[in-house]
Amino acid sequence: MTSTVTVVEHIMSANDRLAAQNRAELETSRVLGVNVLASPGAGKTSVILRTIEVLQESLQLGVIEGDTAAVTIDTDKIMSAGMPAVQINTGGQCHLDAVMMGNALPQMPLADIDLLIVENVGNLICPASFTLGTHFNIVIASVPEGDDKPYKYPNIYRSIDALILNKTDLLPYIDFNTEYFRRGIEILNPDVHFFPMSCKTGEGVPEWADWLRERVAIFQKNA
Amino acid sequence: MHELAITESVLDIAARHGRQANAQRVTDIHLVIGQLSSIVDDSVQFYWDIVSRDTICEGATLHFERIPAQFLCLDCHHTYEFQQELSACPNCDSIRVKVTAGEEFQLQSIEIEENDAAPADP
Ligand SMILES: Nc1nc2c(ncn2[C@@H]2O[C@H](COP(=O)(O)OP(=O)(O)OP(=O)(O)O)[C@@H](O)[C@H]2O)c(=O)[nH]1
Ligand SMILES: [Mg+2]
Ligand SMILES: [Zn+2]
Repeated sequence: MTSTVTVVEHIMSANDRLAAQNRAELETSRVLGVNVLASPGAGKTSVILRTIEVLQESLQLGVIEGDTAAVTIDTDKIMSAGMPAVQINTGGQCHLDAVMMGNALPQMPLADIDLLIVENVGNLICPASFTLGTHFNIVIASVPEGDDKPYKYPNIYRSIDALILNKTDLLPYIDFNTEYFRRGIEILNPDVHFFPMSCKTGEGVPEWADWLRERVAIFQKNA
Repeated sequence: MHELAITESVLDIAARHGRQANAQRVTDIHLVIGQLSSIVDDSVQFYWDIVSRDTICEGATLHFERIPAQFLCLDCHHTYEFQQELSACPNCDSIRVKVTAGEEFQLQSIEIEENDAAPADP
């Protein structure tokens, strides 16, 4: 006999359930989690290092570094900046998922941390589908990637709270229409916070750090 | 690459529901995928043939129902579909728009061949 069984289950439900566990673990320790998404080389590690520079006076940070290969370059940079860092090697996978995040959390001194930054694997497509349990997502775009990216990869920009446009020091050398770019982001996400930045000159770093500090303060007040 | 992880999720869900329904075999799987969900049907199909081997879902046919993306303009309440490219409201040029369809990413139903024997004890 054949029959039809109604299922109606979200395909990512297993990952989402684990992400909810990760979220609960973060909240038990009053840690705000941020998932950083970007293409390879957009400046994720550079932005994190700049953020540590400015925020280390007032906040304790921790960093989880996702990489497709077993190289510790980015993790070493964070540790030499004096912050705890854990490396996740995805074994070639194009994204972090909630399982990998759950395995990394026990290696983090969560009790001592206020803000946990997760550097996802450099990729604009896959990480958008896999929630980790962090409280919000940000994207780092960079000027050399071109101003049409929001139109070509609309998915990743829809669920983010903030967008950093990095490498603004290169604007004089590259045809990049900031208004066109920004409009593409805002079409599906009119409330996104937009931070033009240059990790080279430091321009825009204080505005971003202020916003992040504020988010941590609000979170800890409500936690 | 993330199609592999997604295909494994589809298999887990389908096999679990199949076993619960006392299926001998799952023959068809109906997926509802919004246009804004970034997966490639062909890749899922490719991985499917590999990951479903030696499971009750082996040989099951995957059916993809694609839902077009639809937007609602929050300023003039015009609704419009996603064309080639993300665009502002064609009626009033506003960018304050909301996605009303196109984000679906569900396993809707499965078709099964039941065991002839009486259902196992729950
Ligand atoms: N001119 C300029 N170069 C920058 C800026 N920010 C980062 N870079 C350079 O861009 C390159 C990549 O920076 P990373 O911070 O390693 O980028 P990433 O996104 O972490 O890279 P992956 O982890 O490999 O994906 C490095 O050579 C940086 O020095 C900037 O604001 N201006
Ligand atoms: Mg990096
Ligand atoms: Zn309108």
